[in-house]
Amino acid sequence: MTGYEIRLNIFEGPLDLLLYLIRKNEVDIYDIPIAVITEQYFQHLDRMSTLNLDIASDYLVMASTLLHIKSRMLLPVHETRENGETEEDPRMDLARQLLEYETFKKAALAMDTMPLLHRDVFPRGASPISEPAPERELVREITVFELVEAFRDVLGRWKEGDGMEVNRETLSVTDRIQEILELLNRKGSFTFKELLENAQDRTRVIYTFLALLELIKLRIVKAFQAGPYETIRIRPGVSHAGSQGHS
Amino acid sequence: MQDLKAILEALIFVSDTPVPFQRLRGLLPEWDEGIIRESLKSLVEDYRSREGGLYVAEVSGGYQIRSRESVREWVRRFRKERPFTLSRAALETLAIIAYRQPVVKAEIDVIRGVDSSGTLRNLLEKNLVRVAGRKDIPGKPIIYATTARFLELFHLRDLSELPTLRDWKDMTAP
Repeated sequence: MTGYEIRLNIFEGPLDLLLYLIRKNEVDIYDIPIAVITEQYFQHLDRMSTLNLDIASDYLVMASTLLHIKSRMLLPVHETRENGETEEDPRMDLARQLLEYETFKKAALAMDTMPLLHRDVFPRGASPISEPAPERELVREITVFELVEAFRDVLGRWKEGDGMEVNRETLSVTDRIQEILELLNRKGSFTFKELLENAQDRTRVIYTFLALLELIKLRIVKAFQAGPYETIRIRPGVSHAGSQGHS
Repeated sequence: MQDLKAILEALIFVSDTPVPFQRLRGLLPEWDEGIIRESLKSLVEDYRSREGGLYVAEVSGGYQIRSRESVREWVRRFRKERPFTLSRAALETLAIIAYRQPVVKAEIDVIRGVDSSGTLRNLLEKNLVRVAGRKDIPGKPIIYATTARFLELFHLRDLSELPTLRDWKDMTAP
């Protein structure tokens, strides 16, 4: 497993990632070693694609900006204007953008430490803040990472020689999708662990996981989690579809 | 004088939302505005010095009795619901809107370097952000601003109570 040990930092976007790299390398934001940072930036994108995560187009736009700056840095600086003014350092725009983003990032973190109503201080009566909203938010923003983590967890617990090999089953993602849908029909919902631990061998675990990701992508099912490290539950994607269909 | 303070306390207590000063004043024509203000101040001070589980918050232009942060753990146990949280994306977007308002989505996207449509929709749903009109430039993009609900949630009397951006800037990176 150590071959692809990945430490996942969840970044809010390309600027967040760049800031992280700049701080990690302890370099001056006004004098970014563009070759080094660009290389590390691309390494991070590689890691993200190893996980088959969709790399948002924003990351690719930034990648091309970095390459563009890098190429401009290779050109000799020449005096352009008649008054002898030199061209601005091609990195300045990026530095300004990063600083502005960092300011708001800090503001966001600081705002999070303020006493927040319904989190730190409470008024009388029930919370008028609807419950499903934050749940959906978790699903949208964290689940893929959490699922990958949970998947690795299950895989990690497989020991070679757990059981005998008889006939190699021919597996397909389509079959696994069918099975998941049947399970869902029967039980209404199930936990991620239940699903994968019923699979008898490693290949099956992988196919089941792929089938699950496919179903999530197609929005046929949704993965819910009450909070970090809590049980992951799989439910039908459209919550009212079941009840309408039957009654 | 003592009577007035008791009345004010009861009015603030029975309200679900922060009670604006003007509302209190309208309900209490028997008293001078100055005396009402003084009594409110004294009421806030009473709660502060008592150091009990409650305090009177002055938020969003009104007064509200709330449980103190120091007892939140037990209040959460009682409430059983998951405490309200905002994602980092939501906080970043909210910070940009709070400081730059009125602001269009394109400006938010440029600062964050990512598309903020989903986050913005979420903030609108939670009533932390509102549509404040349309900007008079080609395409007439929607202008966003924060709501009174935002002030209420973040414990602010008004927007001027937000620390300046410079204050945040000077903070050391976490």
